[in-house]
Amino acid sequence: MLQHNLDIAENPVSETDFFARISGSESVMDALVAEGVDTIFGYPGGAIMPIYDALYDYGAHIRHILVRHEQGAIHAAQGYARSSGRPGVVFATSGPGATNLVTGLADALIDSTPVVCITGQVFAHLLGTDAFQETDVINITMPVTKWNCQVTDASEIPAALAKAFYIAKSGRPGPVLVDITKNAQLQEFDYKGYKPCEHIRSYRPKPIVRRSYIEEAAQLINAAERPFILFGQGVILGNAEQEFREFVEKSGIPAAWTILGLSALPTDHPLNVGMLGMHGNYGPNVLTNQCDVLIAIGMRFDDRVTGRLDKYAKQAKIIHLDIDPSEIDKNIRTTVPVWGDCKETLPMLTQLVVSRSHPEWLAEFRRHDRLELEAVIHDELNPTGEELTMGEVIRTINELAGDAVIVTDVGQHQMVTCRYARFSQSRSNITSGGLGTMGFALPAAIGAKLGAPERTVIALAGDGGIQMTIQELGAIQQFGIDVKILILNNQFLGMVRQWQQLFNDRRYSFVHITSPDFVKVAEAYGIPGRKISQREHLQNAVQKMLETPGPFLLEVMVGKENNVFPMVPQGCGVSEIRLC
Amino acid sequence: MKQEYTITAYTEHQVGLLNRIAIIFSRRKINIESLNTSPSEVAGIHRFTIVITETEEVLRKLTRLIEKQVEVLRAFYNAADEIVWQELALYKVPTDEITEKVKVERLLREFGARAVVIRKDYTVFETTGHREETDRLVEVLEPYGLIEFVRSARVAIIKGSSGFHEMLKEFEEREPREEPADPDSTYLTDYQDVLAL
Repeated sequence: MLQHNLDIAENPVSETDFFARISGSESVMDALVAEGVDTIFGYPGGAIMPIYDALYDYGAHIRHILVRHEQGAIHAAQGYARSSGRPGVVFATSGPGATNLVTGLADALIDSTPVVCITGQVFAHLLGTDAFQETDVINITMPVTKWNCQVTDASEIPAALAKAFYIAKSGRPGPVLVDITKNAQLQEFDYKGYKPCEHIRSYRPKPIVRRSYIEEAAQLINAAERPFILFGQGVILGNAEQEFREFVEKSGIPAAWTILGLSALPTDHPLNVGMLGMHGNYGPNVLTNQCDVLIAIGMRFDDRVTGRLDKYAKQAKIIHLDIDPSEIDKNIRTTVPVWGDCKETLPMLTQLVVSRSHPEWLAEFRRHDRLELEAVIHDELNPTGEELTMGEVIRTINELAGDAVIVTDVGQHQMVTCRYARFSQSRSNITSGGLGTMGFALPAAIGAKLGAPERTVIALAGDGGIQMTIQELGAIQQFGIDVKILILNNQFLGMVRQWQQLFNDRRYSFVHITSPDFVKVAEAYGIPGRKISQREHLQNAVQKMLETPGPFLLEVMVGKENNVFPMVPQGCGVSEIRLC
Repeated sequence: MKQEYTITAYTEHQVGLLNRIAIIFSRRKINIESLNTSPSEVAGIHRFTIVITETEEVLRKLTRLIEKQVEVLRAFYNAADEIVWQELALYKVPTDEITEKVKVERLLREFGARAVVIRKDYTVFETTGHREETDRLVEVLEPYGLIEFVRSARVAIIKGSSGFHEMLKEFEEREPREEPADPDSTYLTDYQDVLAL
């Protein structure tokens, strides 16, 4: 069956082409080199041994990071993809090796991250026999991959991998998985060279842009009095930061970001009005329900952004730019759907919009900013109480770390970081947005550093999340990866505790969590570290973390029961956002 | 308002695609009432026919999600009046009942049933038609000792379609044509225009 789709007709081979007799595993390595892969995150095992044997000869081309758990491999690949813009590559064995990838696949799918996973599988003749370490990885991963396929014959490997890379990185990116049986890895075949895939007839990565929709959108924008831009990761994935900025600046429209859109527009840009959603800024949430035209760019109206849908921007006309047709009208009914790659659609729109500014409307955002500053931000960033706040730690990082890539985990520290971190370049914010995967930060930071080696990378995690994947300190140690690890320890699973406080009458059900001595743990891995709990040490400790060559772990004890505000409580509309 | 819709998807013939399509429904707890896979008018292109009862808004979303699958070329949905459809049913009844009771024979003729197998002990009849018709014959045959009944999935022809041949040519082009199809027409009622392109 597969052969049909991997038809040679799509990749014609002339008769004079050179044939080489190589194994399936060698063709895997050749494909990776041809795709420009420089890093693989993986873990060997029985069913993928032939591929690892082939990898043995490729040390000069490809670096392999041996993680400590396959979940770490895929999160690292995600971090690599997010910081570099190139697909992350994962090797894992069959059975448990493959099932350990599932969380990362789900995370990469919902956050549109290009990842190519290659899993070993038992011999083809053993499929379906409950063989040792056999699991139906294709069906297990079907709902969490953009595409997957199983290869049982070596001759199918080059085309399968070419398709895999093409699908992972084109259109709306996502994770793909190629499961290769051991016999196919071992089998020798006539190899005709690797041909990258450029077209699959049943797959249209980009919808075709319709000029009439661009014109309709421009008309709405030009007639608007209180237009408002919401931007998401689509701007980053489309490499359209510059196009986006030109659109924002010409139209003069205030722009707010989703958690994954963060860093697509510099924080200090005068038209960047802040963060959307449950713990976003006050103005963007309240004014969503006062704008007259809402322009959503590369974002998907997640429930954490919209709050209650029947109280969301009911007064506004909605323009939605997205590359994925299934996102249009999924949650919010659009007035004008602008299907297409925003790299193409934004310049078309910029051309048609009138150069304007909206001083009064912008002043509304500033007015709300002041309210939020007084009620929340000032005390969070400049606390006078004894306990350290997460916000002041982020402020200190802003002051000392310059343009670092910050990789967050999930929970209170994630919201605080996204709210207060200041970025001037794109691909600086890496976090698990859609899936909310605790344990993401540490492995993702490993990948982020390898994907952007020239940048400072800080893994910022809570005391809960760090313990979910703390074993990756081993990978950091073994490969000397320069990741700065910052743990904000409030001795609680803070976000759940906050909800229990606010909505469950302070019934703190299993949210108290103890931690090991993180500094000692780091030390055991040969990683220097420090723990602080007093304000007077903060500057100095962050400075030390940044200055120390190689990895460093800094644990900061913060207030136990601090809450993240503002907050749109679940089931409320965005304009019902609470400041306290 | 919920009503019966028929989804037609043109796809590659690929292992696992059935599951990829099925999980789009099961994830949303939508029951598939009928599902048929078959060849289509174009060699090498497979055709799924799926029947569900849902609102048009849900159908619009589902169709887009089906079409989003890498191996799906196009997907459409149609209300009952936009398609010609048939289901096939088989009925196994004791032969002696049939031969002894003239009434049964008349009934079968009324329903346009055709004998597929006649044996000493049982006879298998076949009808094609809409569900109500095949269901009604079940009721009628039950008093005469209906032994087995089975009904096939629905197959449907879209009234306004001019087939997939032309559309396939477009899909096979590496670069899309200048003038695109209306993206909304994927699912809207102006399917005629889409198919005509």
